[in-house]
Amino acid sequence: MNNEIIYSVIAIGIGVLMVIMAVIAILNNKLSVAIVAAGVVSLFASVLFLLMAAPDVAMTEAAIGSGLSTLIFFYVLNKIKRQNA
Amino acid sequence: MLRNFLIALVLASFGFIFYNLYNSYEPHTELTGIAAHYAENGASEVGAANLVTAVVISYRSFDTLGEITILFLTAAIISFFLKLSKEDEEKVIIHRGTSELLKTASQLLVPIMFLFGIYVFLNGHLTPGGGFQGGAIIASAIVLAIMANPNMTINHSVIIWVESLSGVSVVLIGVLGILLGGGFLDTTLDGYGLGEFGTIFSAGTIPVIYSLVGLKVGAELSNILNMYQKSQKEA
Repeated sequence: MNNEIIYSVIAIGIGVLMVIMAVIAILNNKLSVAIVAAGVVSLFASVLFLLMAAPDVAMTEAAIGSGLSTLIFFYVLNKIKRQNA
Repeated sequence: MLRNFLIALVLASFGFIFYNLYNSYEPHTELTGIAAHYAENGASEVGAANLVTAVVISYRSFDTLGEITILFLTAAIISFFLKLSKEDEEKVIIHRGTSELLKTASQLLVPIMFLFGIYVFLNGHLTPGGGFQGGAIIASAIVLAIMANPNMTINHSVIIWVESLSGVSVVLIGVLGILLGGGFLDTTLDGYGLGEFGTIFSAGTIPVIYSLVGLKVGAELSNILNMYQKSQKEA
């Protein structure tokens, strides 16, 4: 029972952090900060999946959601910056 | 003014819908219907210790075939739109010089990441993970290698051959399921056996299929990232 309370507290804390990061990703004027914030949302989501006993989904989310897609966003951002310069 | 009011109205109605959804939600205390069948008979019918893999590769393997096809289409479309001309191929990427830390760390980490990716998809039927996760980890290893050495080139024909051969092999094993098993993409073939539960040679053809899927996904994701890397080239 005690463990359950600790788990819920951690899960709610991660959820609040995810919402904060998502708001940063939307409202920040610097695109690179927004991309990193969106990646952090995915990273927290993967921790949350792990707490919900779904390690398969957590691995996918950590590798693709916060790793590869963040990198692709950075590639595209770099390309756009160079074309506008 | 009117615009803000409409936005607030939409948000309020979404809140109302989700509140009702949340209120009417009652968690099941025990598995029902098809989920109970999977949980009870998954080990004896498919032989996979990881029940998620049993569902993904055996019970719902047609969905997985669709996912593989979607990923293939994505890779094809991206390489179509990021196509480079002959002149672009000779250009190099201008970068500010890679840090020594990244170079040294990548030499140590890339082989380990490759091995871990292979471990994840070979043990997909025993431990969490599988072909898609293992492929993504292999692609991450290639990304690290590319970042340490931005002008690195990946042998394109190797990627194309690995991808096409593994894709064709998955479908061929699926067709074998019609001849020797219960239907298309069935993983329990006659004469192949399920093997001993919990060992690496178990669960019928699941390890073979997941290894092929892992190779295919790894090749495709690496190809996509290599395309993006090449698109950064400048004179």
